[in-house]
Amino acid sequence: MRIDIDKDVCIGAGQCALTAPGVFSQDDDGYSTLLPGREDGAGDPMVREAARACPVGAITVPETAG
Amino acid sequence: MTELTDITGPATPADPVAFPQDRTCPYHPPTGYAPLRDGHDLSRVTLFDGREVWAVTAHATARALLADPRLSSDRRHPDFPVPTERFAGVRDRRVALLGVDDPEHQRQRRMMIPSFTLKRAAELRPWIQRTVDGLLDAMIAQGPPAELVSAFALPVPSMVICRLLGVPYADHEFFEEQSRRLLRGPAAADTLDARARLENYLGRLIDDKAKQSEPGEGVLDDIVHGRLREGALSRDELVSLALILLVAGHETTANMISLGTYTLLRHPARLAELRADPALLPAAVEELMRMLSIADGLFRVALEDVEVAGATIRAGEGVLFSTSVINRDPSQYEDPDTLDFHRPARHHVAFGFGIHQCLGQNLARAELEIALGGLLTRLPGLRLAVPAEDVRFKPGDTIQGMLELPVTW
Repeated sequence: MRIDIDKDVCIGAGQCALTAPGVFSQDDDGYSTLLPGREDGAGDPMVREAARACPVGAITVPETAG
Repeated sequence: MTELTDITGPATPADPVAFPQDRTCPYHPPTGYAPLRDGHDLSRVTLFDGREVWAVTAHATARALLADPRLSSDRRHPDFPVPTERFAGVRDRRVALLGVDDPEHQRQRRMMIPSFTLKRAAELRPWIQRTVDGLLDAMIAQGPPAELVSAFALPVPSMVICRLLGVPYADHEFFEEQSRRLLRGPAAADTLDARARLENYLGRLIDDKAKQSEPGEGVLDDIVHGRLREGALSRDELVSLALILLVAGHETTANMISLGTYTLLRHPARLAELRADPALLPAAVEELMRMLSIADGLFRVALEDVEVAGATIRAGEGVLFSTSVINRDPSQYEDPDTLDFHRPARHHVAFGFGIHQCLGQNLARAELEIALGGLLTRLPGLRLAVPAEDVRFKPGDTIQGMLELPVTW
């Protein structure tokens, strides 16, 4: 299942990409984005930490991801 | 009395403590904040004007409330707490980014995000490294001793923010001095006057940029020739934004470099550990951010009643987040008063939390890693040039850091 990023809420702090750089990145406008092929978290153990690091709670990780 | 205690006892301790207070040791919270660290989620503190406000002291509660839109950052709100007497005179002024709520905040923040991404910070790293190397070359050529705040801690972030924004570094003495007066007074008149001078300076700079046929390379140049020209923001708003970015961009990081260096010099075993394993630098920077909590006092005002941790914050009440206390919540950080580069220090609130979390945090991390790394590598014999207890640091009512840092090597 896919990780959800609410771009209306994202403030471009980059904390997701700092915490789990194998899954998250920032697009040219600075918003959080998922790296191609990693939309389900790719089993990265830092995905949940990345979601928790988001200062505005913009990232939702489904139970089956991460 | 017993009945009242039964009702209110568990929620908050009895006597409000004064806020802010001066630190006794520059890298520990003031000893007078001990009652704020007694395990309650919320306490009460008294401000300089006698007003009592809530103090959020538990890490989890702080993160929830800092992200709660029912708490406002609007400095113009009549009930917004005034942290020090100096700021009483500027409360009617609009403060960009950190002093406004969404949607105004969101519009301003979104203009700035592309210039402060991780990628942008990574692109600036080689330039920051050259800046740090150049300043260290000059210090070494001059020979020991040196005053590290003026020779290194302040110039590094000043040069970086100047380059990023497109502000001439030649003007650094002016804006560094006015920033100091804005943040530290001593009198309210200093704060007002410094603000006016900075606004005039930045207004002229923006007008000059607008007249250039080819835009320069700074963030301000981009906005002047883009959104300002399109009418997406006013000149006054851009001046206000530029002021926040310039002041916050150099003062905070300068304080982290000076206080971070002092803290490392006071922890020789940690310093040796870091020298032996430079790969620890990012973790060390994060742990220093947590431990030093230099912006120790974020304020909000409640727009409506908020039920939290068994208490009710009423609409119109003030709320304080003491980051030095929150970042030492023992339920989040084991043995929180100890400097430990191997703990998971992430999730600290030294950069704030919620929509106002520091815009420049990725740049700040890059600057701190490169500045502290450079100091340790190039000056292996670095030590204080005076007894540690003689080094003067800033009072509690402003951003924490060293007033001076005499070192030798």
